[in-house]
Amino acid sequence: MLRIGLDVGSTTLKCAVLDASNNIKIIFRQYRRHFSRIAERAAGMLQAVREAFPGEELVRISVSGSAGIGLAEKSGLNFVQEVYATKTAVSALLPGTDAVIELGGEDAKLLFLTGAPEARMNGSCAGGTGAFIDQMATLLGLTPAELDGLAARSERVYSIASRCGVFAKSDIQALLNQGARKEDICAAILSAVVSQTIAGLAQGREIAGKVVYLGGPLTFLPELRARFDRALETEGLLPADSLYYVALGAALSGEGAVCGLDELIGKIGAAPSGSGYAACRPLFESEESYRLFRERHGGGISLAPLGPDNRAYIGVDAGSTTVKAVVINSSGEPVCYKYLPSAGNPVGLVRDFLLEVYEKYPGIEIASSAATGYGEEIVKNAFRMDLVVVETVAHFTAARRYDPQVDFILDIGGQDIKCFRIADGCIDNIFLNEACSSGCGSFLQIFAGALGYSIEDFAREGLFADRPVDLGSRCTVFMNSSVKQAQKEGATLGSISAGLSISVVKNALYKVIRVGDPGSLGEHIVVQGGTFLNDAVLRAFEQEVGRNVTRPPMAGLMGAYGAALCAMENGSGKSTILDAESLKSFEHKVSSATCGGCSNRCMLTVNTFGGGRKFIGGNRCERPLKPEGQKQALNLYEYKRELLAAYASHEGRRETIGLPLGLNMYELLPFWHTFFSRLGFGVRVSPPSSRSLYHKGQASIPSDTVCYPAKLLHGHIEALAESGADAIFYPCMSYNFDEGLGDNHYNCPVVAYYPEVIAANMKCLGGLKFIKDYVGPHNRRAFPGKMRAILAREFGDIPLREVRAAAKAAYAEYESYLGKVRRRGEEYLAAAKAGGLRVIVLAGRPYHLDGEISHGIDKLICSHGAVLISEDALGGRFEKRPVAVLNQWTYHSRLYAAARLIAESGDISMNLVQLVSFGCGLDAITGDEVRRILRLGGRIYTQIKIDELTNLGAVNIRIRSLLAAIDRKEGGARHD
Amino acid sequence: MTDGTERIEFTKKMKRTHKILIPNMLDIHFRMLRNVFAGCGYDMELLTNTDQSVIDEGLKYVHNDTCYPALLTIGQIISALKSGRYDLERTAVIMSQTGGGCRASNYIHLLRKALKNAGLGHIPVISINLAGLEKNSGFKITLPLLRKAMAAVVYGDLLMLLKNQTKPYEVKKGESEALVDYWVGLLSGLFERGRAVSARAVRGFLKRIVASFEAVRIQKTEKVKVGIVGEIYLKYSALANNRLEDFLAEQGCEVMVPGVLPFMLYSAGTRIDDHALYGGNPLIKWAAALIRSFFLKFESYMLEALKGSSRYVSPTPFMRVRELARSCIGHGCKMGEGWLLTAEMLELAESGYENIIIVQPFGCLPNHIVGRGMVRSVLRARPEANIVSVDYDPGATRVNQENRIKLMLAVARERLAERAAASSGPAGPGGASGSEIYVGGLAALSRS
Repeated sequence: MLRIGLDVGSTTLKCAVLDASNNIKIIFRQYRRHFSRIAERAAGMLQAVREAFPGEELVRISVSGSAGIGLAEKSGLNFVQEVYATKTAVSALLPGTDAVIELGGEDAKLLFLTGAPEARMNGSCAGGTGAFIDQMATLLGLTPAELDGLAARSERVYSIASRCGVFAKSDIQALLNQGARKEDICAAILSAVVSQTIAGLAQGREIAGKVVYLGGPLTFLPELRARFDRALETEGLLPADSLYYVALGAALSGEGAVCGLDELIGKIGAAPSGSGYAACRPLFESEESYRLFRERHGGGISLAPLGPDNRAYIGVDAGSTTVKAVVINSSGEPVCYKYLPSAGNPVGLVRDFLLEVYEKYPGIEIASSAATGYGEEIVKNAFRMDLVVVETVAHFTAARRYDPQVDFILDIGGQDIKCFRIADGCIDNIFLNEACSSGCGSFLQIFAGALGYSIEDFAREGLFADRPVDLGSRCTVFMNSSVKQAQKEGATLGSISAGLSISVVKNALYKVIRVGDPGSLGEHIVVQGGTFLNDAVLRAFEQEVGRNVTRPPMAGLMGAYGAALCAMENGSGKSTILDAESLKSFEHKVSSATCGGCSNRCMLTVNTFGGGRKFIGGNRCERPLKPEGQKQALNLYEYKRELLAAYASHEGRRETIGLPLGLNMYELLPFWHTFFSRLGFGVRVSPPSSRSLYHKGQASIPSDTVCYPAKLLHGHIEALAESGADAIFYPCMSYNFDEGLGDNHYNCPVVAYYPEVIAANMKCLGGLKFIKDYVGPHNRRAFPGKMRAILAREFGDIPLREVRAAAKAAYAEYESYLGKVRRRGEEYLAAAKAGGLRVIVLAGRPYHLDGEISHGIDKLICSHGAVLISEDALGGRFEKRPVAVLNQWTYHSRLYAAARLIAESGDISMNLVQLVSFGCGLDAITGDEVRRILRLGGRIYTQIKIDELTNLGAVNIRIRSLLAAIDRKEGGARHD
Repeated sequence: MTDGTERIEFTKKMKRTHKILIPNMLDIHFRMLRNVFAGCGYDMELLTNTDQSVIDEGLKYVHNDTCYPALLTIGQIISALKSGRYDLERTAVIMSQTGGGCRASNYIHLLRKALKNAGLGHIPVISINLAGLEKNSGFKITLPLLRKAMAAVVYGDLLMLLKNQTKPYEVKKGESEALVDYWVGLLSGLFERGRAVSARAVRGFLKRIVASFEAVRIQKTEKVKVGIVGEIYLKYSALANNRLEDFLAEQGCEVMVPGVLPFMLYSAGTRIDDHALYGGNPLIKWAAALIRSFFLKFESYMLEALKGSSRYVSPTPFMRVRELARSCIGHGCKMGEGWLLTAEMLELAESGYENIIIVQPFGCLPNHIVGRGMVRSVLRARPEANIVSVDYDPGATRVNQENRIKLMLAVARERLAERAAASSGPAGPGGASGSEIYVGGLAALSRS
């Protein structure tokens, strides 16, 4: 009797067959992609078994795999949990194994078999799997094997996010646009997978001893194995049949029912394709309704000839996944255009386009040209184009051409969603997708690709599906598993396709724009971007908002078209763009360098184009671009950092206390530093945050969805543990100081209690005093006594008198620090007023000052000539006012007060930008409320989400759009 | 001009004219609580709608990054209000407000915002809290009301505990559920008439409830014992946790879910701890201590009722659970479920429910600390613990969640088998399968 194990993974189907004896020898194996036709492919695979062993009738079969439950349930077969299956197989075949790393299509698993046996699987938000590598390879236009091959030839490793494919994509895009080498990017992708597995799954537990690698990615990608080897400082084993361990474990489980093979094939093939999944209404009820729809939206682009004057304007949109270019004549009509996927650097594509134009229109007179999009700077520099246009402005300009009354624009591109409201002819409110829900358009494409379809065919399948799968509105990582669930419930390909299109729309509406009533978006809605060329997406959008919308014929080219129109508006008669002659001798070289301008040590990519023109990317500030000795920017973040740096480490007559500079310690550093110094303790302040500091503590982070500022704390503690301090003081603080602005004065749960997590998870504390007591300096009367008891326990008795005096000094120092910040803030405001400069209040938490947390966004804002202050600098003017939420967190109360102040100031040159840490649950509340308060005063709300890695390119667009919107508003105000 | 911060009060007049809707969390308890309020003159209705529109409305009107319980609760309310079943001029809603440092204390404000955006801004929202956060002239928590509510909670906790420990083993399927329904019906009727709430009555009924379950015929087999801890709404609400208890039952497990009373005791105690840690007004501490001892008395009735039972595992007394926390986490940790969640893991492991599922909304801040953050500490104290932590949100799918749970169960089964093998070893076969059979049940009860 054959023993059969069937492993139904998220993308592949594996089968292992053992003979009846007790031998563990695979006598038949097969590995196929199932393209989500699981039942059909599984039956086919068993048929192959049937043919290979014509004499065998009875078999014992078990099913395993992440997508195997559905098949098992429907066919009434035994199901074995896949990690358990792996464990069974490894114990049988490779005894003595200590740890197993198994990467699959969408799962990453780590098994510890010795010591305390434990199994870890990736959480619902974890990337770093085969699907992640596939996605990245597709983005680069490579196969995963090619990616692996290139990675082996890398010279340097960039750091990219691995938690979620969407983040990584943005990082990679930024690198591509800066001209980074493909080899290095490939290496970065594989390293991201390694660090995700080690950090996310091992969570501090050491992976050592005999390590075994299993699953598709580790089997097929030698460089990935090599990177694991290097990171783990071991040589892992890739056993024979490394693809079949789950199937083997299922075959070995011995619990499967015995049945006839023919009967089994029939049963699986005939498994009911139930309809248990939640469904949306169909996109089109009938062919007729689709015909009417096509009539409304059918018009293609009609090209005009170049006018008799031969004048033309060129717009180039160097987007995240495509380069678009349009040439218009002096009436603003398109003459020719190009839409190209940019599998890398946009420069070559633009050069080809320009050469083509010069060839096709020999007499052309280019009057002006403009670049827009992620790669606008490099394109402008490379080709000496006349101007750059903020993406949002370009889109608005183009949309207005199709509907002069346009009041809402939604653009879904390959990677990003942009939408903005128009009021009084200017961009009033901008929403860009936050890092976690982006990638919608390319997501559809990648999904289609994974299922073996072109995007067009895939979309067409969905048009008439009668029960589109309801996939909700969440990030794409979740959607992969939602699709898996729907497949399990028997959803057809068409239903999945339609469901994905609907989810793209829902994502945009409910996740990015967050509309309550989609009908209220606007009356003149223009939709654009490559994703809307897809009829299914367009239809889903019209259904969701309940009205017909405009999809311009140029929908996929609006950025470039708008840029060309802007060039026309601002055209100066003769463009500076390279002519045909210079294009022929055009050169482009890329090299890399490390900026020594500050401690960030950004990795720069230097593009040189011949003729002495160059473009530098990778910088977080303007420092490497500008000569020394420029006028000092008015940046209050910088000032606060300087103030805090003055609280330096020093020796004392008592023990030395380490203070980790993060979360609740950040703003209270003046307080605690003074307190301990006064008592005669030595003080060690942890070093400034950096990537390497983060990596130092990364292994002990127990929750991978906590905010980045909290994760960084682990590195600070490691650094202090090495610093030779006798004790680390990092107190729990339910309460912060009561500033009288709210109904209570809590810290957020993470800021309040993170010391507990440190104590529970960090081994380096062994042998060190770690003081995590609950303290309450908000109660000035009780504080010295309570503190004295804590100190007495750790360091022996200190007279109360001394503690009181130290506390008094500490309170005074803290007040003085706040006072300095406020005074300097007022000076900056006065300077701004005198100089007619704009003021940006960059509001967040005190620890957002940390350069590793805010990624130089403060400097970026200042580089646009604005004066930057923080919300606490306005503290002198705050008042307690009612808000529409429970106002109970000290730091958050400042946000509301600052927003109120700005909303009521009537000073439109002062605006607020809120920094929000990814994963901060409280800011879901504060963000909405700050927005509401600003709206009451008719002000623009801008929120920037920051995480481990932040795409400064996107941040820059937001800042520039905000400034452009203020420009328009100020212009409007002056005309009144 | 309005600035959006005013709220609609629930007036005395409304008490007579309005129906109050309660979003559901924990069926047994809430069914009785509804009747408690009904007995005090409020026209209340417990919402039981759980269809897809609950999630849809939630997604539509609540910030998607807000935690799942808020999304579901608000979705349930709005979906009900839009259903056409209620006279919207005469309907109010009620929601609990904890007042701690967790964002959950903001749910009620999110609900108001959502109602406003849905064009239902005129519906009064009543905050039910013990922190004195919002007041309504038409809704007062009086001492008699509180007494009755406490009685309902303690009955609910006991019924839940007994049902969980009986149902997996009952010989006649459905008997324990029927018993729960019987008691909920009986007690609710008594509440409306102001009965079954005095200390004597409560003690008597608790004993009778235990006796009635003791009489259910069961066949005891070795089952994997699973404890559930986590964010309170997810822990209890089947809608939120994808019918976790049913799933575990299908997997052949016995489930223990710690009750509501410990959470109330924990909440009441936070002010006592605050005073000890930071100083402050001793009056507040005194009042909190009074409330806690009031709650503790109810707990003692329940423990007393279970004392005589050899069949049922009794919950660990709260003050001892509190001591358990000490080895892992400070009592000052008081946001969300705070130290109690960690302590409950330790308690469960100690009482034989060492297989533990932590359920939390995706991105739940307190759970970064007291749930996932403490797993390593709990394992140090209780190496036999087998813990899995599962996130819930509208996008997370059941397959993923169940897969993770199944993995935990696979380890649990393996250990169970090892233990069975070890204990049956020399004694020969049959040692581990000793089954007990009891007779009785509802039929026996009706005779008593």
